[in-house]
Amino acid sequence: MPELLPYMIEAQALTKKFGDFIAVDQISFAVPAGEIFGFLGANGAGKTTAMRMLCGLSVPSSGQGRVAGFDVYTQSEQIKRSIGYMSQKFSLYEDLTVSENMRFYGGIYGMSLAAIREKMRRVLQQLHLEQARNTLVRSLPLGWKQKLAFSVALFHEPRIVFLDEPTGGVDPVTRREFWEMIYEAAHAGTTVFVTTHYMDEAEYCHRVSIMVDGRIEALDRPAALKARFGAASMEEVFLQLARGAQRNDG
Amino acid sequence: MHQFWSFVRKEFFHIWRDKQTLLILFGMPIAQIMIFGFALTNEVKNARIAVLDPSRDIATQTITAQLEASRYFDIEQEIRSPQEVEAAFRQGIIRLALVFPASFRQDLLQQHHAQVQLIADASDPNTATTLIQYAQAVIRDYAATLQAGKKEPYRIQLETRMLYNPQLKGAYNFVPGVMSMILMLVCTLMTSIAIVREKEKGTMEILLASPMQPLKIILAKAIPYLVLSMVNVASILLLSVFVLQLPIAGSLGLLIGESMLFTITALSLGLLVSSVTASQQVAMLISLMGMFLPTLMFSGFMFPIENMPRPLQVMSNIVPAKWYFIIVKSVMIKGLGLEAIWKETLILLGMTLFFLALSLKKFNIRLSS
Repeated sequence: MPELLPYMIEAQALTKKFGDFIAVDQISFAVPAGEIFGFLGANGAGKTTAMRMLCGLSVPSSGQGRVAGFDVYTQSEQIKRSIGYMSQKFSLYEDLTVSENMRFYGGIYGMSLAAIREKMRRVLQQLHLEQARNTLVRSLPLGWKQKLAFSVALFHEPRIVFLDEPTGGVDPVTRREFWEMIYEAAHAGTTVFVTTHYMDEAEYCHRVSIMVDGRIEALDRPAALKARFGAASMEEVFLQLARGAQRNDG
Repeated sequence: MHQFWSFVRKEFFHIWRDKQTLLILFGMPIAQIMIFGFALTNEVKNARIAVLDPSRDIATQTITAQLEASRYFDIEQEIRSPQEVEAAFRQGIIRLALVFPASFRQDLLQQHHAQVQLIADASDPNTATTLIQYAQAVIRDYAATLQAGKKEPYRIQLETRMLYNPQLKGAYNFVPGVMSMILMLVCTLMTSIAIVREKEKGTMEILLASPMQPLKIILAKAIPYLVLSMVNVASILLLSVFVLQLPIAGSLGLLIGESMLFTITALSLGLLVSSVTASQQVAMLISLMGMFLPTLMFSGFMFPIENMPRPLQVMSNIVPAKWYFIIVKSVMIKGLGLEAIWKETLILLGMTLFFLALSLKKFNIRLSS
């Protein structure tokens, strides 16, 4: 049984500077276990940089951060063991088969062969992909690839999964199915940290934070945010906040 | 360890699935060796030679007739004096001259011992060596037929002179040359592309977000190319020994050890290239223009370094392939041991450590940003 933590992700005035440029400016928030936490912001608002710090890919300039109970300064290796990561770019190897991809990711997360085999059987069954286990990922339809990538990010059963714009370029039906998978994972106790451009997806999150120019300008449940800004949709909330942004590029 | 081998396995899958590259990787060394080797044997057909035969006896006539009968030689009948031979060499009319002594048959029958002088134009050392070997074979055959059924052996002593280039410098340059080229190509180009491809596709982020340490990721990516390079070294050596009949004069272990050292040099260069580029095209361009071309031009394989202008000679010293080329030639052709090449080995080792340290540092800087 994994230890019970009040929060899976905690950030306290977390800051990242590149020279004079403050990419992430003293952000603070806490995400409890099993929550789907939406991390919104325009391009260049600092989402990716913040996420990289939480994943142990980048060392913060100042502030505190704990992920799965581990310190982001000193325990990045333990953090990496506890998280799954899926990036905006497609994250499977196209020239490997479905099962080879799974074996590879299981392997680099240190899973035993037996555990990999058992997990692979379950995942393939769940996705109804048993027939395609020896198919090159290249020849799968995009929707399947995306769902497969998500399953692979969860393959080693991490306590937290970071999704960086996971549904970019996917059709609405697949996006819907994808979000069902996210709900399933969250229901099973996995904490989900997701960035997205689609405001309808923001509505699916338990709580949402909106970053503008490196700061978190708003953080609450979607319904509460809409009420506070007197908006009919998250899109309106986002536009109201993002209008004041100074930065607007990659 | 399981983590590490999962990675190496995956890397082999990448290589194995990319049939085109695979074909180039394994086909190229074979094709190059065969092309060079074939060009070598092709050139000596119908070479024009001169025979100086003051003796004109049955023995010399038989040898001359057999030379003429072989498809390798055409005898220039008009050349009949030492002065004419000399002039013909200078004008490049003939490539080889046989000089019999006036008393050839007499010497052979009475003393069971005679001499023949073979003079070759060694400005093209490959051809000279081959022609001398063919002529020797014809003369030995003749001695053997005389021999039949007799007790005391007939010895025909051959005195060989290589004109213009007595040490036969440049002979068999191409096997060491092809080796350094292939290793440079496989390791530098392929490694840099393999790493940059992960960056381009975004999978590098995923790998870095995994608990596998960056150093291990790099090692696991490099190992398959180290293995491929060794397969290439083996195939080149096998071809040169069994097809081109170029034996390995020195220690095979030393040769392989030095090849591994150079492979690691090339791998660290590939790593360096990958850490300064973000796209496969740029990586390929830098590898080809920055690594492969200098290897071709400054290793001493295509163009002798001694003939280059001084600044270029100095420049050639920073090309790792130059030192590897010297090492391979020394071990493989001259049969020298480590005591003769320790200096070159140290230089190569120093370069390797330098590039490795530099590229790992660059890699780490990129990670921490």
